[in-house]
Amino acid sequence: MGQAAHPSQGDSLTVSDGSGNHRVEAPVKKPVIPVEELELVAAAKAGDRRAFEELVRSTQAGVYTLACRLTADPDDARDVAQDAYLRAYRSLQRFRGEARFSTWMYRITANCAASHLARRSKSRHEELGEDEAMVDDRPGVDPESMAEAASLRDRMVVALADLPPSLRAVVVLRDVYDLPHSTIASELGISEAAAKVRLHRARRKLRETVLPMAGEENAHAV
Amino acid sequence: MLSKALARHKPLGLSTPSAYPVSCSAVAEALPRIVDRMEVADLEVRRHVGACPRCQADLAQYRKMLRALRQLRTEVLEPGPGLLPGILAQLEQAGERQAMHFLLTGRRAAYVGGIAVATAAGATGAIVLAVRARSRKPRLVG
Repeated sequence: MGQAAHPSQGDSLTVSDGSGNHRVEAPVKKPVIPVEELELVAAAKAGDRRAFEELVRSTQAGVYTLACRLTADPDDARDVAQDAYLRAYRSLQRFRGEARFSTWMYRITANCAASHLARRSKSRHEELGEDEAMVDDRPGVDPESMAEAASLRDRMVVALADLPPSLRAVVVLRDVYDLPHSTIASELGISEAAAKVRLHRARRKLRETVLPMAGEENAHAV
Repeated sequence: MLSKALARHKPLGLSTPSAYPVSCSAVAEALPRIVDRMEVADLEVRRHVGACPRCQADLAQYRKMLRALRQLRTEVLEPGPGLLPGILAQLEQAGERQAMHFLLTGRRAAYVGGIAVATAAGATGAIVLAVRARSRKPRLVG
């Protein structure tokens, strides 16, 4: 399945001449859903297993990619993707077809990843001793490897993987996948305000890691 | 009000453009919300950013970071050959389990229904017999 067009968002400093504080509502865009996809969804809902398999085939790479971004681990990502499709299969009758099937899958994947990471962090707390938790020997984390990672993209991927899962989930769903705050909050089981706070924390951490300002710590010379 | 909030955050000793009562750190704090269009910057903030190279650089860095994040959306990671068969096998199993569940719950319903019908028929028969037996009893006169 082709990638959904990524809508442009706040890439400019919008200015009001009033003195008040304004909220800006994001424009609601209706997704264009291909007829083939509508037919497949209808057939799958009617019990056609092959139609559902076709939907899996066309979205599995995207779902796996999102799962990878959220879990930062290929094995976890595979588990999350499998879990997400199973959940989708069981709740297919609740899919109203107002959004793309892939968007619906992203929501389910986000939800599954959150549950998966919560379970894993619980078991890790039980498994890890104090000393083990202090050591981080992943190749992308040591300063030398970081310096070698030439492109911004590479540094961004490493920085994302280093974020705590709760912050990573929000920034990936918002800034990479452009899901609305309300959807993110609902799928992660948090309030919208909490989602926004996490987003700002995540962005700040990412910016500090990926694009540190020259002389960040110094007072500026204006 | 954003400008008042920003002014409150103004730390002493920072060399912000003196004409605009907004500090760089306050602008930096507000930038994420402004860039995300959750808030609209007011005129004082715009003037500050327009006159402050640090805040301009900060804004440019922020936009650069968001572009890099959006760029990740266009990438698709290859899941490896095992994922699709794994998902399909799991769906197959789920489908079989579902069919078995329907079958079992259907049979169970049939059993329960049969027992209920038999019980109702038995109770009705008992009532009919009891009524008839009472009506056949000779009545004592006197």
